Amino acid sequence: MLNEIIEMFSYPFMFRALVGGTLVSLCAALLGVSLVLKRYSMIGDGLSHVGFGALAIATAANIANLTPLEFAMPIVVAAAFLLLRLSENSKIKGDAAIALISTASLAIGIMAATMAKGLQTDINSYLFGSILSMSQSDLWICVVLSVVVLILFIFFYHKIFAVTFDESFARATGTKAGIYNMIIALLTALTIVIGMKMMGSLLISSLIIFPAITSMRIFKRFKTVMISSAIVSVICFFIGLVISYIYSTPTGASIVIVNLGALILFSVVGFILKKAGIHQKVF
Amino acid sequence: MKLISCDNLSFSYESTQVVKNLSFDVNEGEYLCVVGENGSGKSTLIKGLLGLKSPSRGKIIHLSGLKSNEVGYLPQQTPAQKDFPAGVFEVVLSGRLNSRGWFPFYSKNDKKNAMENIERLGIQSLVHKSYRELSGGQQQRVLLARALCASKKIIILDEPVTGLDPIVTEEMYRLIEELNKKEKITIIMVSHDINASVKYASHILHLNFDQSFYGTTEEYIKSPMGRYFFSEEKSF
Repeated sequence: MLNEIIEMFSYPFMFRALVGGTLVSLCAALLGVSLVLKRYSMIGDGLSHVGFGALAIATAANIANLTPLEFAMPIVVAAAFLLLRLSENSKIKGDAAIALISTASLAIGIMAATMAKGLQTDINSYLFGSILSMSQSDLWICVVLSVVVLILFIFFYHKIFAVTFDESFARATGTKAGIYNMIIALLTALTIVIGMKMMGSLLISSLIIFPAITSMRIFKRFKTVMISSAIVSVICFFIGLVISYIYSTPTGASIVIVNLGALILFSVVGFILKKAGIHQKVF
Repeated sequence: MKLISCDNLSFSYESTQVVKNLSFDVNEGEYLCVVGENGSGKSTLIKGLLGLKSPSRGKIIHLSGLKSNEVGYLPQQTPAQKDFPAGVFEVVLSGRLNSRGWFPFYSKNDKKNAMENIERLGIQSLVHKSYRELSGGQQQRVLLARALCASKKIIILDEPVTGLDPIVTEEMYRLIEELNKKEKITIIMVSHDINASVKYASHILHLNFDQSFYGTTEEYIKSPMGRYFFSEEKSF
């Protein structure tokens, strides 16, 4: 088994998938805790569909000098700010708006891809992920992005906590909540675009939502939930990646299945701890 | 000493005026209750006092060296908070954030101050608990401790007893009274409960759609508006 795994990562594409995917999982998990608690999880889902639309158009149109990823990034970032505004503005129903935007993007993406070269397996890997997708340049973007996310979370941890827990109090005591919301939306957009090719656009939002929800089954503090999410996310990614390689299953789907397993496991453990009446001081 | 002075204040949302021509002062050590019906602009006024909404006319002036971020605030709870995974100490400590500026970590002093405020409100036994496991009254105490961390001078409370049972409500009012009387903390409280307001407050600001009342509690009870609302409540 161990030999198999070592052999597996001797392939350059697998090594890139491992490093890039681990970093994306880590970023997604950290951002995810804040997004889930702020009831913004649907933004992540909406963004991945926008990302699919943008990638499909970029691939179909074959725009000169721009890789599909470079084309998709600014579009998804713009969509992130738009969705954030929609969610904050109570006049427009945020959830309906997100559903509109994501289905419309999906439709436009499919149309663009089909008209360009007919519906091919390409689409399949866009939607459900491919292990081969992490290129050398993607890997560098992953590294830079995760450094930015980690710095943000270490240096602004307390501010992110305050803004997530109680935005009106944070604003009232002089924290610029709007800026932190925008930074989180921006980083989420970048994480989604980069992770999308590996995870598939239908499944990337699971990386954001699953680890946070899973960790909350057992852990009851912001700090422990954060740390647990990061660890759970990375472990699930690794197991999923190995499964995907050995059984040639779609990478995104494999990782989501492992995440689902972790969620069930944590729920059961959380339930038992509660029933046993164990005081969870440490958690 | 005057802490906050409001002169001829008006607030509006997209050309609809919700509060108009409001003038009042808040002095150190006072206990001001803001009462009035739903939609009379109580929440808007609070947002204005906290600097979250700028008045369409008039001015809010902070005096006696009161900085605008030195106002403690106890907001109404959001549904998202009820099951938020946060330690009690984490929540209280976040009240110190305004004294941090750009520096990202809390100092020993911040932690000491948070602990002092926890002791002040008698919630030491909750320190290691998770916020979401607390009862409504305990949660409000934690948030009050957080507000105390943010300010030693003045606290603004937005309907702090919503959803609490009568006994816990009474305890909460006592606690706020104690902070006001013993610790000389200025209180501004938005309330639905006119009886409690008259019982505890030193001043009343009654917002109404066309006319508002501002004065001491004694003046309020004698005023036509006070007589009308107060007796109406009493008869229940």
